[in-house]
Amino acid sequence: MRTFIGIDLGSTTTKSVLVDENLAVLGRGITNSRSNYDVAARVSKQEAKIAARFTLFRNALGKDAEHLLSDLERNFRLEQFLSALRQLEETCMGYLDHPRFQGTKTALRGSLDAVFRKIEGEAQEIYAPGAARKSDFFRDIAGSRFMNLAEAACREADIPFETMLNIYDKSIIDVESRVDPDETVAVQMKNGLTRSLASAEGVGVDRGEALSALGTVLAIELEETYVVGTGYGRVRLPFPKEHIRSEILCHGLGAHMMFPGTRTVLDIGGQDTKGIQVDENGIVTSFQMNDRCAAGCGRYLGYIADEMKIGLHELGPIAMKATRVPRINSTCTVFAGAELRDRLALGERREDILAGLHRAIMLRAISIISRSGGVTNEFTFTGGVAKNEAAVRELRKLLKENYGDMTINISPDSIYTGALGGANFALRAVLN
Amino acid sequence: MSRQEVVKSNSHMVQKEMITRNYDRITGGTAKVSSTFVPGNLNELLMCFDIANNLPEINAIQNAMRKKSGEMIAEAERSGHSEDVCTYVKADIGMMAKGNIAPNGKPFPDPDVLLLSYTGCFTFMKWFELLREQYKCPTVMLHVPYAADGLPTKNMRDYIVKQLKEDVIPVLEKVSGVKFDIDRLREYLRKSAIAENDLVWMLESSKRRPSPVDCYFGGVYYMGPIFTAFRGTDECIEYYRLLRAEIEERIAKGLCAQSPDGDMPEENYRLVVEGPPNWTSFRDFWRMFSEAGAVVVASSYTKVGGVYDYDGFRHDPGHPLESLADYCLGVYTNRNLPTRVDMLARNLVEYEADGLLINSIKSCNSFSAGQLVMMREIEKITGKPGAFIETDLVDPRYFSAANVKNRLESYFQMIDQKRRAGGSAAAAGA
Repeated sequence: MRTFIGIDLGSTTTKSVLVDENLAVLGRGITNSRSNYDVAARVSKQEAKIAARFTLFRNALGKDAEHLLSDLERNFRLEQFLSALRQLEETCMGYLDHPRFQGTKTALRGSLDAVFRKIEGEAQEIYAPGAARKSDFFRDIAGSRFMNLAEAACREADIPFETMLNIYDKSIIDVESRVDPDETVAVQMKNGLTRSLASAEGVGVDRGEALSALGTVLAIELEETYVVGTGYGRVRLPFPKEHIRSEILCHGLGAHMMFPGTRTVLDIGGQDTKGIQVDENGIVTSFQMNDRCAAGCGRYLGYIADEMKIGLHELGPIAMKATRVPRINSTCTVFAGAELRDRLALGERREDILAGLHRAIMLRAISIISRSGGVTNEFTFTGGVAKNEAAVRELRKLLKENYGDMTINISPDSIYTGALGGANFALRAVLN
Repeated sequence: MSRQEVVKSNSHMVQKEMITRNYDRITGGTAKVSSTFVPGNLNELLMCFDIANNLPEINAIQNAMRKKSGEMIAEAERSGHSEDVCTYVKADIGMMAKGNIAPNGKPFPDPDVLLLSYTGCFTFMKWFELLREQYKCPTVMLHVPYAADGLPTKNMRDYIVKQLKEDVIPVLEKVSGVKFDIDRLREYLRKSAIAENDLVWMLESSKRRPSPVDCYFGGVYYMGPIFTAFRGTDECIEYYRLLRAEIEERIAKGLCAQSPDGDMPEENYRLVVEGPPNWTSFRDFWRMFSEAGAVVVASSYTKVGGVYDYDGFRHDPGHPLESLADYCLGVYTNRNLPTRVDMLARNLVEYEADGLLINSIKSCNSFSAGQLVMMREIEKITGKPGAFIETDLVDPRYFSAANVKNRLESYFQMIDQKRRAGGSAAAAGA
């Protein structure tokens, strides 16, 4: 079937959306942007294709398959994890042939083997039903386990931990940069389904029917009819010029597709904040964005989280516990760090300070929006920061203070807005 | 990003030689030297006293294009000038601190006189206070009233003429030792008007499709002789004749405007640009336009030294001092916001532009204040889309290529969408 793909290469994450000829979203994929946009684009595109196969499989089986589907997805991720783990092991072992490991090769081989067998053994548990994972990225999951296990293994074998770490660091990049071909993905899906059918009881789907449906879905060729790249990394892609669209237009169109009534769009990404005005057809009529200073953008929250030694996703929930919102003066990363330490030293509560920081970001965003032409009903908030409940709370307050009551749209898929717009442009490039 | 040799036309080479000659005269040690500013400068009057004309803004631009302004600005900031101060000023102050070497490699002499006329930019006053402190030379001030109601009045003109007679001319006579001769001034002004006719012809040639010239990136070169030390000279007349002939040839061949890399293959977008260009990344900046096939058909910065096309001003040998007064009063930065809006809106319509682009300069308060309001007004009047980018004059730290490119691409694609839609319904139809 003909498919159309939009890839949004953000400074932090790369997102893909795959649509069919009717502009129905079949799949979404996301990965970290790393330092290589080309790889990030390929990984996120493959993820969107995988999600599309799941959608097609769901469509083939009907509503009764929900339970099986979620179980299959879990088992598929387990299969993917095991496959990547095998690749990681092979790559690590490959490094041992280097002459500098001549003396320690056997010991290292033994330790690596022990570590990988252990992670392999844990894999089922990591992907057990209901198990919470801190990240969906292989690097994070495998990496944290490798660190823990390797340290113990090295102590036991009396080899330097640094060496093991070095081998891991070199190997993980290779594995991360590898994108499984469709054939490998098909095998992983089949294996996942076999696991699901063997373990899941009462799935309500006939085993033979499920296997046959998956076979049919896997046989469908997801033809990449047209791919459009957008986002900060777009110019790094080996795409012809006409396959590249500005993220401002993509976000405007994507927001319009999600909420056709929207007229004002705020997108806060990793590196920039954009205020966009669109007309009744999703066409951008005006926009403003931050200049070279990325104060108050997504990355700013990352710095704050680092400064406070907490995870990025914990910022919002902590700020929600604030009892008062102090006025933070700066959205500058450097100044805010200083102001944060200053206030902590004076005994202010962490949650209150964080609430103040969120307000400061939104004040800056409101200023950018007003420069783009102000806010008209309906308003849509997109980008990664839209997932942060404290940011959203401050935005709602400020919008009400400045512009009164209005419809504020935030989609759970808001992070994919730019890629969705890109997919639509891809489709228009062919069908118009 | 300088991938290849920049393509230069014959007139470009001639101008380069003219500028070199002026620097040689300034640094030669024989002529008296005045420092003065570009907007509304009194070049013909200085010529009456055989005084060489040195323009610190031009020096800052020259240093920026040679990638030297960054270290000069840093030098000025080390000596206490704030980060937010006009970077033309800091490049000049830094240049002085670093030996005051002219682009020809010779040291600038101390000026014999500072001729301060502040047409719309009050930073100029502080700038020359600093120079006066340094050089301890006479400073003559020409106060040009701001045309707050849009049009200069007779009273304003008389006020300037009075200052010319009572303050400016006597000081210049004293500094130079040359007696003022009004007939000599009349002759220079006669020559100015001839060159000004060809300049306006050049500016208006961009009404054609394709436009044979770019009136921003190209325009800042074309305006060089008329706004600096050459207005009123025979070589200025010759320069604009040559330029006109070149453009006529381009028109005859149906060529698009020139870019740093040669002729633009096609003209996709026609823009009007408000605000000065960025000089430190000038060619990279220009390429962002030319690679998209965007040509600037009119710009405000090419009128910062004097406006000739909007209301048909020409220097008038019949009324020499009054004519100088009208010239100073009429420069772009001395006009109020509604006039600037009207000027740009008229440009958008008359030059059949697709939209207005504003390059807002971080360290230029006199240009940047009110630009967003102007953009909204012009959008309302013309129905054409505006866009906003932010860079700086000569501070390389404030040019963010990815950010500027992002906004420009978005703007061009926005124009595409609007065009395709002819409204917008069709574009949304898919």
